[in-house]
Amino acid sequence: MTTKYETVIGLEVHVQLNTNSKIFCGCSTEFGKEPNENTCPVCLGLPGTLPVLNKKVVDYAIMAGLALNCDIAEYSKFDRKNYFYPDLPKAYQISQFDLPVAENGEIEIETEAGIFNIGVTRVHLEEDAGKLIHEGSIDKSKGSLVDYNRTGVPLIEIVSEPDMRTPAQAKAYLTELKMIMEYLDISDCNMEEGSLRCDANVSLRPVGQEEFGIKAELKNMNSFSAVEKGLEYEVKRQQELLDEGKKVVQETRTWDESLNKTISMRGKEEAHDYRYFPEPDLVPLEIDEAWKEEMQKEIPELPREKYKRFISELGLPEYDAGVLTGDKDLAVFFEEVLSDYDDPKNLSNWMMGEFLRLLNENGHSPFESGVSPINLAKMLKLIDQDIISGKIAKEVFEKMYNSGRDPETIVEEEGLKQISDQDELENIVDAIIEDNPDAVEDVENGKERAIGFLVGQVMKETRGKANPGLVNQMLRDKLMN
Amino acid sequence: MIDKKDVEYAAGLAQLKLDEEEKEKYTEQIGEILNYVDKLSELDTDDVVPTAYTVPMKNVLREDQVKDSLPREKSLANAPDEKDGHFRAPKIMSD
Repeated sequence: MTTKYETVIGLEVHVQLNTNSKIFCGCSTEFGKEPNENTCPVCLGLPGTLPVLNKKVVDYAIMAGLALNCDIAEYSKFDRKNYFYPDLPKAYQISQFDLPVAENGEIEIETEAGIFNIGVTRVHLEEDAGKLIHEGSIDKSKGSLVDYNRTGVPLIEIVSEPDMRTPAQAKAYLTELKMIMEYLDISDCNMEEGSLRCDANVSLRPVGQEEFGIKAELKNMNSFSAVEKGLEYEVKRQQELLDEGKKVVQETRTWDESLNKTISMRGKEEAHDYRYFPEPDLVPLEIDEAWKEEMQKEIPELPREKYKRFISELGLPEYDAGVLTGDKDLAVFFEEVLSDYDDPKNLSNWMMGEFLRLLNENGHSPFESGVSPINLAKMLKLIDQDIISGKIAKEVFEKMYNSGRDPETIVEEEGLKQISDQDELENIVDAIIEDNPDAVEDVENGKERAIGFLVGQVMKETRGKANPGLVNQMLRDKLMN
Repeated sequence: MIDKKDVEYAAGLAQLKLDEEEKEKYTEQIGEILNYVDKLSELDTDDVVPTAYTVPMKNVLREDQVKDSLPREKSLANAPDEKDGHFRAPKIMSD
């Protein structure tokens, strides 16, 4: 990387809101229905129909605005954005132009390079467009098939300030936005299914220059890694152009995942003229203090606050706090266990180890497994009270995961209690000493490591049930005095 | 004032094809309309909030309830062309 240029990135993120019905009509927003099953005269844009705004959509936009530290507009309105494209049956999209629901926010992000504040220019409401299937590639097809099920599904568009300086910052910003939306529970945020979409404006300028360079707009990055790879590619491409004394062309480019590069979308270079004007079929929105306060109450502790609290109040390492708060359900699960169990770090180890391993293997989210928070708390207490060994606990945990049974029953019914009775272990320890003269000799010659081998043999003999600390002590007493 | 270029631009955005005669005619007609409307700028509106809506209403909202959609045959009934339950649009990109 040369240090001659500074990268400037701004993101436009579209978030599909998870309401039951569309933004301006009662059609279902359900994903995966047969084409055009979720359509009606309003979302098909038939003459004589009138849109009526869904209250929940406004609630969600206010929540998003508050969570992104924005000012919520007292007066907001909708506008028509005019353009011809078959994914819009009305030939305009109802959006918001000059008076969005929320403006002037910022969020804090963290990368390996440090902590940064990224400005949020605005959050506005709009309707989603339909889905096109081209007969062959878009430039060669003779026609396109249109499915209007998605038309009218509510979206918020979150526009950032051009505050990001590296692709890693852009990825961290997008990740933080996604987590915030998930914590608010206002979107599914699934990039692959398109409920979270990200466009980026990227430009380079010589270090120290105030004025922005010429930007390219990047589209079609359908995953977090695509956002990072697409931006990295674009930065490199622009850098090479500038190094050769050439100019960056202002244009829209699409990220091609299979080719691993960005491609110019010819034919879209013409500057857009959307001829926005106030939507005459809708009346304005006035959001008063009472409405704002009501929405403020719906906002839970957000991921960044939770992350900081897990570190400062629970004493967790940054890494643990990051993993646990990175998934809302995981964080909720963690805190539910903590209401019955008071060793956060020990719990964190179990959740990040065995629990996450099994969740990933089975493709489950935290509350989909057989382990309930209360049962996990019980199991950890069994370990702390020396009733089961850590090793047996893994076996118990897997059984809990697969069956939903509680740990006490499993330990009882399957005889998995740890043997902490010295008399009961005496014979076994003696037998192991007798069977392993080489190791015994090593121990007697001061080789500490051989003790571990003998402990292992006792554990094997008792199928993991012996209390390893006790066995260790017994062996030392017998061999080292 | 408006000239022929503006009319051609607006016609392009609206995807209208105009012949020369029409362009001349509309330049004149739209010009007259704009001149007429321009009379409004004689008024001092410095202290007037721009009016987006003329009806004194706000916050017309509905609850988030799903209602029946149209049966698909009805949705597609007016489509000039359809295929496999989809509306079929002609070629999008020009050569």
